[in-house]
Amino acid sequence: MKPQLPTPVMPAANEAYLLPRKLFDARCAACWFLLGLAAMTVASFWTLDLQWAKFISVDAARKMGRFMAELMAPTGETVFLRRLGIAALETIAMSALGTLLAAIAGLALALPASRVHTGDRALARTPTRLLLNGLRSIPELVWAALLIIAAGLGPFAGTLALALHTTGVLGRLFAEAIENAPPGPAFALRVQGVPEGRVFLYATLPQILPQLMSYTLYRWENNIRAAAVLGVVGGGGLGQMLAFHMGLFHMRETSSILIAMILLVAMVDFASYLSRRILQR
Amino acid sequence: MFWALAALVLIAPALVATEFKPWTLFEPDALKSTRRFIADFFPPKIEGEFLLLVLRECWRTVAIATAGMALALLIAIPLTLLSTSVLSVSALTGRMHALPFVFRQGVRGLLILLRSVPELVWALVFVRVVGLGPTAGVLAIALTYGGMLGKVYGEILESDDPNATHALLRNGAGRLQAFFYALLPQSAAELTSYTVYRWECAIRSSAVLGFVGAGGLGQQMDNSMKMFQGAEVATMLIVFMLLVGLADYASAWLRKVLA
Repeated sequence: MKPQLPTPVMPAANEAYLLPRKLFDARCAACWFLLGLAAMTVASFWTLDLQWAKFISVDAARKMGRFMAELMAPTGETVFLRRLGIAALETIAMSALGTLLAAIAGLALALPASRVHTGDRALARTPTRLLLNGLRSIPELVWAALLIIAAGLGPFAGTLALALHTTGVLGRLFAEAIENAPPGPAFALRVQGVPEGRVFLYATLPQILPQLMSYTLYRWENNIRAAAVLGVVGGGGLGQMLAFHMGLFHMRETSSILIAMILLVAMVDFASYLSRRILQR
Repeated sequence: MFWALAALVLIAPALVATEFKPWTLFEPDALKSTRRFIADFFPPKIEGEFLLLVLRECWRTVAIATAGMALALLIAIPLTLLSTSVLSVSALTGRMHALPFVFRQGVRGLLILLRSVPELVWALVFVRVVGLGPTAGVLAIALTYGGMLGKVYGEILESDDPNATHALLRNGAGRLQAFFYALLPQSAAELTSYTVYRWECAIRSSAVLGFVGAGGLGQQMDNSMKMFQGAEVATMLIVFMLLVGLADYASAWLRKVLA
């Protein structure tokens, strides 16, 4: 038998193609996670006692149909419409005041929550950020339900709830804005011996003010939407009217309130879209 | 001075409308009940049986969000495919024909309608129809998030470079082929990361939906609050914050890995 000659190494005729990434790879953590997610979806449907039968049955369909028919007949009484208008204004006032309070409190908390220069020890940074995270992670609705015990039913509890949650959100965003501001002007003042408070007022604040304004307006937009439903747990505004009339099966009133809610949200969406368009031009 | 006056004039009606009376917080009656409720917070209730109940409700909250998201995807994906203008054959030559244009705008309008009703209101409506329980929560999340996902998916697909898709369509590929071989690979990462982010939001909102009777952690919290069980509320708040933190962390990590 002839000894086998080693085959000479030939250079590849053309460059190796970069194949697309394989869809599944045992080392790819994200693939495993997605697989887990799929399993979780199945498990979710499995463990929840979902009453599809109740939902798809003829009886439910009839009930749903009647319900929808009732919803299609909004009431147009002037007295009721006036109350509806007042509730809508209350909703807007709640969101505006809540956002304003949150902007003030957020700025006050953002100062200790940020490290303004590299030499800053910023001892209060971690505890303040923990506080802000805590305020932020509890939704407005849960705050409202908690505050009703202290402030009673009504728009005041809703306003405070909005203010507390938004303080967490804005405080965090403001602190990021302060830390990311260009350090030059502040440094120039600081080396002259200007105290820290004035450095903030004359160097950092003017730089980040537009950003703070845009964050605040954005949150206001969100808060109008949130304020509309806060009343469902007793926090005033349109939501409280909705919960009240729905609880008493006043379908015509419920229908008008739902329409008012959708109109309010659509108006806010449109206004925000329009102002963005105008500002970007 | 002028600005101070102007601010006062603007804020005063808001203060009246919201019945803004901070002093009511410090009236002896309110203060007493608040103090009793808050004092009850410490220590949080950590009995084995109760903790097990909270954990089960926690899982139900996540399950409602996940099932709702799955149904939302079932709504959003077909509607996105129907409404995206990149997959329009007639638009290749310049302008879309009138009929497909009207159809696409109609589908888009449906998405906006689904999205513009807050999930809490959907939940209230469905609780009326199917009764208390997780079904209402799942349906509420499915409808609102279906609208939201459909709209944003459409925007993501239309913001990408359409050349590859148009090349396939021009050469006779079907719309679905063009979608799977050009449009989807281009924007898969962005679509996935947005979906994961929305899933995180859904967990947060499914906890809130419980307050109107849609099951999960919120419903349990609502019950305990109505019975002034501060210790139970404290435990559930802590568990809720941990859950939100965990979902936040998982979604941030997953988005980083997928990017």
